Amino acid sequence: MARAAVRGRLSWLVAEVVDLVDETPRVRTIVFDVPGWAGHRPGQHVDIRLTAEDGYQAQRSYSISAPENGNRVEITVELIDEGEVSPFLVEDLMAGDRIELRGPIGDYFVWEPGSGRPTQLIAGGSGVAPLRAMIRAAAATPGDDAVRLLYSARTEEDIVFREELDTLAAQDSRIQVTYTLTRGHGPDWNGLSGRVDRAMLSEHVWPADAGPVCYVCGPTGFVETVASGLVELGHRPDRVRTERFGPMGGVP
Amino acid sequence: MTDLHVDGNALGGLLIELFGRDMTDQLGCCGGCGNVSPLGAVRVFRGAGYVMRCPFCEKVALALVATPEGVRVAFGSLRWLEVDRGTTSPS
Repeated sequence: MARAAVRGRLSWLVAEVVDLVDETPRVRTIVFDVPGWAGHRPGQHVDIRLTAEDGYQAQRSYSISAPENGNRVEITVELIDEGEVSPFLVEDLMAGDRIELRGPIGDYFVWEPGSGRPTQLIAGGSGVAPLRAMIRAAAATPGDDAVRLLYSARTEEDIVFREELDTLAAQDSRIQVTYTLTRGHGPDWNGLSGRVDRAMLSEHVWPADAGPVCYVCGPTGFVETVASGLVELGHRPDRVRTERFGPMGGVP
Repeated sequence: MTDLHVDGNALGGLLIELFGRDMTDQLGCCGGCGNVSPLGAVRVFRGAGYVMRCPFCEKVALALVATPEGVRVAFGSLRWLEVDRGTTSPS
């Protein structure tokens, strides 16, 4: 890919906020315009650096939540109450603001089109962000790349990108989306309930025999449980790619 | 916030600063247990710096500490790193 030519260079760029979307009460998508952006692949992330007036700097990594689109870079951030960076991003940032950003970063947690293998995505909470970039990229790629998403959220209102994911699944027979809720649900709920465990994995993800590449993203405990469950079910460890975003947000 | 780890993906930017290229899909071998893992998959604990632990045996493979002058890299159990020449993207 053309991207290879620019690897190895990583400079801080000035990113301007051009759109803000409140996805759930605690999750917001921020769309930046980044002049000089080199493009990215689904699953990659950016580093964001905030500098206070006294010079104090805080830096965090955020997954890019949409496929490549010119100079547009989207991140989808969950508010962490005691967080140093997310309260600013979710509550204070306004259209027209400028912050520093660098990327794209990461060659490991990346979805590649045309692998000839099915794709299994498993999200915990706002860990759906990079997986949403992957599922949109897969939907936009002709061919028979089949994608399943198993998405664990606390309650129905915590499901990020629900309308879009449901629409993708309804319009594209290659895409299948399954939700599970861990903190109860209303009487009309037709998805799963309970935390992702080995039984749920064995019933609702591609079987190991199908040879899928699995991408798991969420809080650390969630990723540990899912990744070891997949390996116990016979998935090859090198085809289980993981991204942990730490204890933030608690158990989804 | 330091009791739970993230993973090597989170250090991707810092590793590019050090190595001049993305390292998250490059392989490292732990001298403690002999297992091989992409750097993106190692366990990372954040404190004063970053401690990278083998995902199999938990030995400290590498530690990165920012100093006023730069970054100090402390070598633990990391026995080798295999870095491809990076002329093409992996597929």
